[in-house]
Amino acid sequence: QQCVNGPGAIMCASGKYSSRGPALIPRMKTKHRIYYITLFSVVLLGLIATGMFQFWPHSIESTADWGLDRRSVHDAPLIRLPVANPIPERGDLSCRMHTCFDVYRCGYNPKNRIKVYIYPLQRFVDEVGVPISSTGLSREYNDLLSAISDSEFYTDDVTRACLFVPSIDVLNQNSLRIRETAQALAMLPRWDKGMNHLLFNMLPGGPPDYNTALDVPRDRALLAGGGFSTWTYRQGYDVSIPVYSPLSADVELPERQPGPRRYFILSSQTAIHREYRAELERLKEENGEALLLLDKCSNLSQGVASARKRCYKGQVFDYPQILQESSFCVVLRGARLGQATLSDVLQAGCVPVILADSYILPFSEVLDWKRASVVIPEEKLPEMYTILKSIPHRQVEEMQRQARWFWDAYFSSMKAIGMTTLQIINDRIYPYAARTYEQWNNPPLVKWSSVNSPLFLPLIPPRSPGFTAVVLTYDRIESLFRVITEISKVPSLAKLLVVWNNQNKSPPEDSLWPKIAAPLKVVRTKENKLSNRFFPYDEIETEAVLAIDDDIIMLTSDELQFGYEVWREFPDRLVGYPGRLHLWDHEMGKWKYESEWTNEVSMVLTGAAFYHKYFNYLYTYKMPGDIKNWVDAHMNCEDIAMNFLVANITGKAPIKVTPRKKFKCPECTAIDGLSLDQTHMVERSECINKFASVFGTMPLKVVEHRADPVLYKDDFPEKLKSFPNIGSL
Amino acid sequence: MQAKKRYLILFSAGACLILLLYFGGMQTPLSKSNNRRDDRSLDGHHGSPQWHHFSGSLQPFSPWDQMETEEYNVHISPRQKRDVISGVYNGKRCRMDSCFDFSLCKTNGFKVYVYPQQKGEKMSESYQNILSSIEASRFYTSDPGQACLFVLSLDTLDRDILSPQYVHNLRTKVQNLHLWNNGKNHLIFNLYSGTWPDYTEDLGFDFGQAMLAKASIGTENFRPNFDVSIPLFGKDHPSAGGERGYLKYNSIPPYRKYVLVFKGKRYLTGIGSDTRNALYHVHNSEDVVLLTTCKHGKDWQKHKDARCDLDNAEYDKHDYREMLHNSTFCLVPRGRRLGSFRFLEALQAACVPVILSNGWEMPFSEIIHWNTAAVIGDERLLLQIPSTVRSIHQDNILSLRQQTQFLWEAYFSSVERIVLTTLEIIHDRVLQQAARSNLMWNSLPGGLYSLPQYSSYLGDFPFHYAKLGIKPRPKFTAIIHAVTPLVSQSQPILKLLVAVAKSQHCVQVIILWNCDKPLPAKHRWPATAVPVLVIDGESKVMSSRFLPYDTIPTDAVLSLDEDTVLSTTEVDFAFTVWQSFPERIVGYPARSHFWDSNKERWGYTSKWTNDYSMVLTGAAIYHRYYHYLYTSYLPASLRGLVDQLSNCEDILMNFLVSAVTKLPPIKVTQKKQYKETMMVQTSRASRWADPDHFAQRQSCMNKFASWFGSMPLVHSNMRLDPVLFKDQVSILRKKYKDIERL
Repeated sequence: QQCVNGPGAIMCASGKYSSRGPALIPRMKTKHRIYYITLFSVVLLGLIATGMFQFWPHSIESTADWGLDRRSVHDAPLIRLPVANPIPERGDLSCRMHTCFDVYRCGYNPKNRIKVYIYPLQRFVDEVGVPISSTGLSREYNDLLSAISDSEFYTDDVTRACLFVPSIDVLNQNSLRIRETAQALAMLPRWDKGMNHLLFNMLPGGPPDYNTALDVPRDRALLAGGGFSTWTYRQGYDVSIPVYSPLSADVELPERQPGPRRYFILSSQTAIHREYRAELERLKEENGEALLLLDKCSNLSQGVASARKRCYKGQVFDYPQILQESSFCVVLRGARLGQATLSDVLQAGCVPVILADSYILPFSEVLDWKRASVVIPEEKLPEMYTILKSIPHRQVEEMQRQARWFWDAYFSSMKAIGMTTLQIINDRIYPYAARTYEQWNNPPLVKWSSVNSPLFLPLIPPRSPGFTAVVLTYDRIESLFRVITEISKVPSLAKLLVVWNNQNKSPPEDSLWPKIAAPLKVVRTKENKLSNRFFPYDEIETEAVLAIDDDIIMLTSDELQFGYEVWREFPDRLVGYPGRLHLWDHEMGKWKYESEWTNEVSMVLTGAAFYHKYFNYLYTYKMPGDIKNWVDAHMNCEDIAMNFLVANITGKAPIKVTPRKKFKCPECTAIDGLSLDQTHMVERSECINKFASVFGTMPLKVVEHRADPVLYKDDFPEKLKSFPNIGSL
Repeated sequence: MQAKKRYLILFSAGACLILLLYFGGMQTPLSKSNNRRDDRSLDGHHGSPQWHHFSGSLQPFSPWDQMETEEYNVHISPRQKRDVISGVYNGKRCRMDSCFDFSLCKTNGFKVYVYPQQKGEKMSESYQNILSSIEASRFYTSDPGQACLFVLSLDTLDRDILSPQYVHNLRTKVQNLHLWNNGKNHLIFNLYSGTWPDYTEDLGFDFGQAMLAKASIGTENFRPNFDVSIPLFGKDHPSAGGERGYLKYNSIPPYRKYVLVFKGKRYLTGIGSDTRNALYHVHNSEDVVLLTTCKHGKDWQKHKDARCDLDNAEYDKHDYREMLHNSTFCLVPRGRRLGSFRFLEALQAACVPVILSNGWEMPFSEIIHWNTAAVIGDERLLLQIPSTVRSIHQDNILSLRQQTQFLWEAYFSSVERIVLTTLEIIHDRVLQQAARSNLMWNSLPGGLYSLPQYSSYLGDFPFHYAKLGIKPRPKFTAIIHAVTPLVSQSQPILKLLVAVAKSQHCVQVIILWNCDKPLPAKHRWPATAVPVLVIDGESKVMSSRFLPYDTIPTDAVLSLDEDTVLSTTEVDFAFTVWQSFPERIVGYPARSHFWDSNKERWGYTSKWTNDYSMVLTGAAIYHRYYHYLYTSYLPASLRGLVDQLSNCEDILMNFLVSAVTKLPPIKVTQKKQYKETMMVQTSRASRWADPDHFAQRQSCMNKFASWFGSMPLVHSNMRLDPVLFKDQVSILRKKYKDIERL
C-alpha cells in the first residue's frame, strides 16, 4: 500500500489502524467499541469529505467555465440600467497621460509591459428591456478582445491591471444608444471617471455633422478612434486607429512586386461627392488611360456581391483585386474621415493618395506615413496628377512595399489593430523601452538588409588618449620582447597589455621584461583560448586597441603610428596591415579564402590591426551563433570572425593600410611547408563558409583601395614627410 | 496494556480530528473567497475572470458608410465645409487648415518677412540674433508682398511682466501693424511667459491667429502642427555656428563616474517646487548626485526650510561642469516653467537628459523622436527614476549619447540653428506632401541639410544608403567646365573628354560651355561611346558648374576643369573609392587650411603637406545632391562672391560638404602632379596663373568661415591608393597599372 502526501497520507495511516481494529476491539467494552467506531467513521468520513473538497472545487469551477465558454452571447448576464443612473462627463479635450491617466497602476516592472484587464461580457438593457446597442457584441470586437486576452498584455486580475477594456462594443456609433451606453460605462465597477479605460471606436459621429470622435460621454477614458480630426484628437493620449475592412479577412491578395502598374491613379470609392467626382472626371479627361474612375455597378443586384464589384462604363471589375493594377489609389473622405478603403488599398500594395483635410492618419504617432502614402489637401485635388507625377519612380516602389507592409503589420486583422494600439500606449508608459522608428517602420526586407551602425556619429577622436596594444602570447618570449620593444617606439602608445595564454608556464619575472616608457601589464588567462585576445579587459582604457601577434616585428613605428591616425579617421572600422579577400568559387559553389596578391581586400588580419574597443565587447558578448566556441575549438579564424562581426554591424569594409610587406605568414604561426600551408587555406575557407551560414548572409564588403600617407612615394624630401618609413622591407 | 491501546486510538482519533479541523479551517477562507467572487459578480463581474472567445453568429460591425456618405454629400459642399472650418477653429483651436493662409506661399515659395525695426524700441540681444538669423537665411525677403510668413520686430521673447526686458503696450503696438491681419501667417517667438507666482503661459497680448514658437510650452496650450516648441536658450547662446558637442569619442563601457546628476535652484514655494523639493529622496551622494540650493531671490531666508542649510552646503561642494561631463544621465526637472536651461546643457555635454516635466511639449517635438536621445520620465514616478536609468542597457546608452550630439549640432547649437529649424518645420507644413520624412529629421545629417524639394525619396540622398539597405547607382556623369574657345584638336579638354568617356562607369558627359565664344560645331567634339551634351551656360558664371542640371541621370558627378589631365584608369579607381564614401568628395589634388595665429585668421595653402582638408573640384567625384545643396542652401551672397571672383567655388563646395558630413574629403592617388605643373604649361588664360588668385582664395576662406559660424573643414592624413600600388609585384597583376606608369 503506497501512501501519498497530503490528505491521502492521513487516510492511509488511519486505514492501517482500522485494519488492526478487529484485534483490539473484542477486548473492549461494547459501549466503548461502538463509541470508538462511531467516532472513527465520523473522522474518516470527515477526512474523505475534506479531501474531496480540496481537490474538487477547481475542476468544478473549470467545468462551469467550459460550459460558459460554449454559451453564446445571449447567456451573458442581463443588466438593467435605471433611467436615473449617472452619465459620465463628455471627454475632456485637455486630457493627457500626465493629467488623466493613473500611472501608478502600471508600476515598474522588469518586462516594461502594461497589464490589460477585460471586463466580462454583460448585456445592458434599459428599464423597459431594450438593449443599449442594436448589434450587441460585434464579430470584430469579439476578435479584438479575444486577441487581447490571448496576448501577453492580458491579466485576469483586476487589481493588477493598468488598463481596462470594457466589453461594451462601441466600434460603430450608429448601432449605439448614446445615453444608455454612457450609463453602462459609468456602471463598470472600476470606471472611476474613466481613468485608465480604453475604448475602441471605428465609426464615430452621426448625422448630420458627423463628429470625428465618439459621441458617447466617456469621462477621462482613452479613445482608440478611427477618423479623428486634428481638433478632436488628443495628441499623446488618444490613439488613432484604422477603420477595419472585413475584406482583409475575406480576400487574399498576394503581395505584388513593386513596380509600374497598368493604371497610374485609381479611384474605387462609390460614394464620392459630386463636386469631387466632377474634378476626378476632369482629371480623367486630361490624362486619359492613366486614370481609372470606378463607381458602383448600377445593373447588379444589391447585396454582398455589390461590395466586391466596381464598374466603369459598363465594364465590371473585381474589387479589391483591381486595386493591384494601379500605382496610386485615391482615398477620399466620406461622411467620416476614416475610410475602410484605406485598408483595402494598402493590402493591394497600392500607394494611397489621401484626401481628407485635418485627418489624423492611423497610428500616426509611430508610423511614418510619408514613406507609404501621399497626403494631398482636398483643395488640391485638381493638381493631384501633377503632384503624383513628380514623385520619383524608386520612391513609388518603396511606397508600394511600405504600404503593403503597413497593412500586413498593422491593418490586416482586428488583432493587429488591437496589439498595435496597446503597444503604442505601452511605449508611452515605458518610453525608455519603446520600440524604435526602425522597428515600427522598416519592412522585414529592409530590416534585414539595412545597417544601423552602433557607432554612427561622425567623430574623429583626438590623438591624445593614444591606443592600447594587446599582444596575445603563448611562450615565444624572445619574439614577444622584440615586439614590445618595437611597439614602445610608437608615439601614441598609451599602454601595452600582454595576454598570457600559456596555462603551464608563468610569465617571466618583472625584471626580465623590456623597459619601456608606456605602462606594461600582463593579464593571465584561465584557459588557452583564441578569444582571449578580444576580451574587453578593464585594463584597456583607450578606445583604440591595437591587436598584435607576438611575432609581428616587421612593422615600423611610422607604419603603426600611421595606422593609428587612419583608425582615428575611421573609428568604426577595422584598420589593419595584411589584407585578405573572400571569393566565390563557382566550381565548388562556396566561398574561398584568398591570400594571394590581389587587387581587392575584404578582410584585414587581426595579427596587426587597430579597432574600437566596442568590437571587443561585441565579439565577447554578441557574437552570433556558436562562432566563438567554434573558433576556440579550432584555434583558428578568430580574425575572420572579427571581420565578419564588424562588417555585419557597420556595413563597412575594413581599411588596409600601407603597402604589402613580407609578413612571416602571419596567419600560420609556426607552420612551415607548402602542404601545411594548403590545409591552412582550406581551413580558413571552411571558416568563411561556416560564418556566412551562421550570419545568414555574406557581410564582408570588397574594396580596391588601401590607405597610405598623403605623400607616400611622392617626389618630395623624405625628411619632410610625417611618415617616411613606410613599406620598407 | 489495554489502556495504552485505548489511549493510542483515542490519540489517533484526536489527531485526525485536529487534522480535520485544520483542513476545515483551510476550507473556510477558500469558500469565503469564493463568496467574495460571487459578490463581485453581483456588482458587474461574472463568475469567471477570463475573457471568453465567443463563437457563432455575431454580427459584423459594418465599416462602410456609403449610404451615410451619400446622404451627407447631398447636404454639404466640400468648399462650404472648408470655409466653415476657418470660421470655427481659431484662437486656441487654430490649426494650419483653419488659421494659415497657404495662398500667400504659392507664388513666391516660402519667404519670410521681418518688420522693419522701429526707433526707440528696445530689443534684447537674443531677439536681435533671431532676426538676424532670419535675415541671413535663404528664406528672407524684404518685400512683404512676397512673404508667406511674417516675423515681428517687437521683442516678444520675455513676457514676464517683472522682467526688465518686458515690452509694454504690446497689445496696441501689435494691433497698429498694418500687415497684422489678426496675426494670420505671423510667427511669434517667446521664451518666457507669465510671472510669479503661477507662471501661466499667457503672453499678455492677443496674438490672434499667429503661430507661436515658444519655449516651455505645455501640451494643453500647444496647438499641434501649428505652434512650434523651441528650447529655452540663454543670452549667451551663440548666434551662429556654435560649439560642437562635447563628445569626442565613444567610450566602452559607456558608464561614467556618476549615473545621474542635477544641480540647480530649489523653489521653496509656488509652482514647480514639488519635484525639485523631492529630489533629495533619490540623492545618494555617490553616483546619484542631485543638488539643490535655496539661495536665490531676495527673501529666501524667509521661506527657508529645514533642509536648506544642508542642501546649500552640499551644493557648493560640487562643480557643475565636472558633474555634467562625468555623468551618464542628467536630470532635467521642470523649473518655474516647464523647460529649463539644464536641457540644452545636458544635450551638448552628451549627458543623456532625463526629463521630469510633465506636460512639457518637448522642443521640436513635431519632428524629433526624443525617445532616441532622452529619457522621458514622469514626475509622479520620481522615486523610480534611479532604477529606471540603471536598467537602460549599455548599447542604448551608447546610441542615446550619440544621438544627443547629432541633435545638438543639427538643431540646437546656435540661435541660427534653432530659428532655421523652426522655419523649416513650418516650411514642411507648407510643402505638405513634399515635406521631409521622419527619417530625414532624425538621422544624419539632419533636416536642415536634407532639402526635400530636391527629392522626397531617401535613396536620392547620399546619406541613407546603409539605412535603406541599398547602394548608389554604379555610374557617373562627367561635367567638364569649359572656359577657353576650342581652337586646336590637341587641346587638353579633348583628351580629357576621350579619357573620361572611356571609363566603364561613365554614362554621360556634360560640357558646360562657360566661354564667351560661341559654341563650337558639333563635329569638333571627338566621337565617344557615351552621349556628350553641351550646355551653353547662360550666365557664364562660376557657380553654374554646380547647378543641379536635370540632365544628370546618375547619383555620382565627376566634376572637371577643362585643363585637368586624367587617365581613364585614374577615373575608374576614384569612382570605385567614391562608392565606399558616397557622402564625401573624392578627388585628386588636395589643399589644406590652417589657423594663422599671427594674423588671427584662417590660412590657405597649396603647398605639399602631410595632410589636407580640401580636394579641388576641378577633378573630383561627389554626389549629385551637393549640386542642389550648393545652389539652394548657400546664400546668394556667397555664391555671388564666387561668381564675382571666378574663384573659390571649390573651397565653398568643400566647406559645404564638410559642414554636412563633419568629415574630411578623400584624396586618391594620381598619376602626374596635377596643376602645379599645369600652372606653368597651360595657356595664360588659366586662372591659376593669376597672382591675385591665391590671395583671393585666402580671403574667401575667411568669408566662408564667418558665414558658417565656424570652420567646418577637417584634416585628413591619408590618401587612398589601389591595393597593390607601387608594390613589389609584377605590374601585370595590378588592376590599375596606368596610375603607376609615368
